[in-house]
Amino acid sequence: MSNYEAVIGLEVHVELKTQTKIFCGCSTEFGSEPNTNVCPVCLGLPGSTIVLNKSVLEYAAKAGLALNCDISLLSKFNRKHYFYPDMPKALQISQLEIPIAIGGHLDIEVEGESKRINIHHIHMEEDAGKLTHQGDTISSALSSLVDYNRSGVPLIEIVSAPDIRSGEEAKAYLEKLKNTLEYTDVSDLRMEQGSLRCDANVSIRPVGSKEFNTKTEIKNLNSFRAVQRAIEYEIERQIEVVEEGGQVLPETRTWDESKGITVAMRVKDEPDYRGMVEPDLPPIEVTPEWVEEIRATLPELPDVKKNRFIMEHGLPAYDAEVITSSRKLAEFYEKTVALGQDAKVVSNWIMGEFLRLLNANNLEITEVKITPEYLAKLLSLVEKGTISGKIGKKVFAEMFEEGKDPEVIIKEKGLVQISDEGQLKQVIQEVMADNPKSVEDYLGGQKKAMGFLVGQVMKATKGQANPGLVNKLLQEALEELA
Amino acid sequence: MQLHEYTISELSSLISKKEISILELTQHMLGRIEKLDSELGCYISIVEDQAMEQAAKVQKMLDKGILTSPLTGIPMGIKDNICTEGILTSCGSKMLSNFVPPYNAHVVKKLYNSGSVLLGKLNMDEYAMGSSTESSYFKKTRNPWDTERVPGGSSGGSAAAVVAGEAIYSLGSDTGGSIRQPASFCGCVGLKPTYGLISRFGLVSYASSLDQIGPLTKTVTDCALVLNAIAGHDPMDLTSSRRIHPDYTKALINDVKGMKIGLPREFIDDSVEKNIRDAILNAVKVFTDLGAECVEISIPVMEYVVPTYYIIALAEASSNLARYDGVKFGYRASNPKDILDFCKRTRSEGFGTEVKRRILLGTYVLSSGYYDAYYKKALKARAIITREFNKAFEQCDIIIGPVSPTTAYKIGEKINDPIQMYMEDIFTVPVNIAGLPAMSIPCGLDNNSLPIGLQLLGKRFDEQTIIKTAYTFEQNTEFHNLRPNLNV
Repeated sequence: MSNYEAVIGLEVHVELKTQTKIFCGCSTEFGSEPNTNVCPVCLGLPGSTIVLNKSVLEYAAKAGLALNCDISLLSKFNRKHYFYPDMPKALQISQLEIPIAIGGHLDIEVEGESKRINIHHIHMEEDAGKLTHQGDTISSALSSLVDYNRSGVPLIEIVSAPDIRSGEEAKAYLEKLKNTLEYTDVSDLRMEQGSLRCDANVSIRPVGSKEFNTKTEIKNLNSFRAVQRAIEYEIERQIEVVEEGGQVLPETRTWDESKGITVAMRVKDEPDYRGMVEPDLPPIEVTPEWVEEIRATLPELPDVKKNRFIMEHGLPAYDAEVITSSRKLAEFYEKTVALGQDAKVVSNWIMGEFLRLLNANNLEITEVKITPEYLAKLLSLVEKGTISGKIGKKVFAEMFEEGKDPEVIIKEKGLVQISDEGQLKQVIQEVMADNPKSVEDYLGGQKKAMGFLVGQVMKATKGQANPGLVNKLLQEALEELA
Repeated sequence: MQLHEYTISELSSLISKKEISILELTQHMLGRIEKLDSELGCYISIVEDQAMEQAAKVQKMLDKGILTSPLTGIPMGIKDNICTEGILTSCGSKMLSNFVPPYNAHVVKKLYNSGSVLLGKLNMDEYAMGSSTESSYFKKTRNPWDTERVPGGSSGGSAAAVVAGEAIYSLGSDTGGSIRQPASFCGCVGLKPTYGLISRFGLVSYASSLDQIGPLTKTVTDCALVLNAIAGHDPMDLTSSRRIHPDYTKALINDVKGMKIGLPREFIDDSVEKNIRDAILNAVKVFTDLGAECVEISIPVMEYVVPTYYIIALAEASSNLARYDGVKFGYRASNPKDILDFCKRTRSEGFGTEVKRRILLGTYVLSSGYYDAYYKKALKARAIITREFNKAFEQCDIIIGPVSPTTAYKIGEKINDPIQMYMEDIFTVPVNIAGLPAMSIPCGLDNNSLPIGLQLLGKRFDEQTIIKTAYTFEQNTEFHNLRPNLNV
């Protein structure tokens, strides 16, 4: 790798989560019975004309602004022609000349270094239907079934500049992209449902060269990790080809996850899409005021939020990064802090117990029942000494599962911390009587024995004893014997 | 006079006075079709049962006072590229010879709502590609004036049916002259409205940026009545205009005093048959005698209009006709080897010669390497042509000229010479290129007793001036009363 550098560009397709399709009123719902969310328009029946869904334009512009793009005040739709049964009109309506958003960027961090990845443009287009073959491919299949529910679902394609240099950078870019778009709430961003898809263009060149060499396009990338691995593999493969005196072919390659390799699908003979202006859609004109209205709907984006948490809440950079990695998590954190809790304490709980339980149960933050109000209440109870920190974690786990009020949990389970001196003194006397050897050890100068005795008291109180008080009272009781 | 000879306005008055019933009228029209259509071939489908049911229903609604449109109870035909729910909409093609749309075109809905009675679907050149109706997969339509001759096209069935009394009025579509030229060949009134005045939703696209639906009628008054019924914005077609259209019958005024009528010298050159030139010059005289001023103008870009039109129209056609791959609707090839074979054979077998020629040409001009030289250049030429026409309208209120350089020709005479047929579109295509409205009205007969059409071109969305001028011509001449002798 030392003599070569990789030139990588990513094309990311994001399905917009509008209620209806891009050019008709059919539902975009995922997982409906095949061919139920269809109409003459998205089936391309003769005589049907198309109408642009305004929400699609708004969502696309919102995504563009979040990714620091300029919004085109006039943009156009074009037709891209090709015959394939998943395309009802044998053409895809896309933006080939003037896309909705141009020239953005994202700043990523790799190995502690910050780097800017430019975004060439973002365009709107329609999705195709879905083919299922009874066999391997459409040519060899006994039969093929096509479901047009997805036909006409709105997409944006985010095309990066060829600024990415490694698989790791690619993964960081995708994470940042997903993170930023999650804040805009324009898509579900679910790779497993296909609402986020990524193709990678990879080429190599000698370090210092400014040339762009023949690139390959890698498809079938089903996770960010797959993107990283496939790019790393592909870079090595291309270096090997060149080192052996061969030539990198302009291929479309597919990622084989199980074997960890890319495999040539077909040589890319630049298809002639015969791009043509879409005659059924007049050019889309928007005003600067409209763009500002859309901008005003943007929430605080992760970079800004992260800096604010560092500057205003005094969070360590690492905490701020983790907490802003998801809009929902950041909102949860902020609400809890707003209820009067200490920022670092909240951050510790969220980064600790909260994320641990989320990951352990493989849950999305939207799926948990715990609320910021109850977390704040729990933290107050710990702070006041009503329960110990350790019990707090137990209560938290229950809140996480049941969404119950921590006070109710504590009451039901009798978890209130015992701070009654009389009650504790009695337990201490019992523990000392049961463990004369330890008492002797302590009095003989072995201060370690103190810890054991505290442990016994805690055990006897099922962990509910106020540990500070136990320490103090035990000390006093032992000193009396001395 | 028999019922089929009346105009919409006359029948509407008879119907509202209850002098005739809608059922009786519909029955008469169906009888007329039965008598004539085996020879003339105007219709691809005749919907007898639906027509009688609709007539009964409309009569009831009329009796209850629910329906009061001038079109209520008027029997009509619709070109077979305009979608009608539950009724074959074939586009004159084998490809769509089994296509029954699950929905109505916007104009069809509007006409049904006005109480007009559909008699059937009218013959046309395949996918509206042609100017003689000879490229229809189903049948030839014959010109009612001389059954050896073509009715023009592509709305040949629509024009012939109105003239032969097989429909009181009809709808056609006009991409490069497809309403005006058959109206001229058959001797009726045909209007191609301003692009955007009428919704294209449900019109099977040939060239989307040029296509427009319009009426074919016996008189200018009837034309205004139908236009009133079908014009207006449709949220389903973003290219349809949002402006509120006027009541076009208000423009039925017998007066051209002081009006400036432009006559481009390119419209009356030697390429136009002498009989036609004389008829146009006679029309000019009619107008000047009535106090209009004739302004001689020039439109130098006329030599580029045919190539510009054919590049744009065929490029869009190649795109619009890509969807006919046999997967979802229409004709499909049997026993395919694989998907490629399936698609290729479906298209090879389903489309006729002229359609295939146009798809190939359109694909060619859009291909990389040729795109700039043809398609892109044609778009530039389109802008220039549009500008020149707009400039011409600074000197006059309306432009007149011929519709076609010839009158109706013999069936088979030109079908093997596509270039000549394309060239004869010269006077009709600029209107589509520039999105203007234009009308053809009868203005005489040639030496063979074949109708000659006068074309009136207006400014964008100024159908009123066209209607006023045409109405004045009609009121002061007798050409609109000429009918072919059909011996029935």
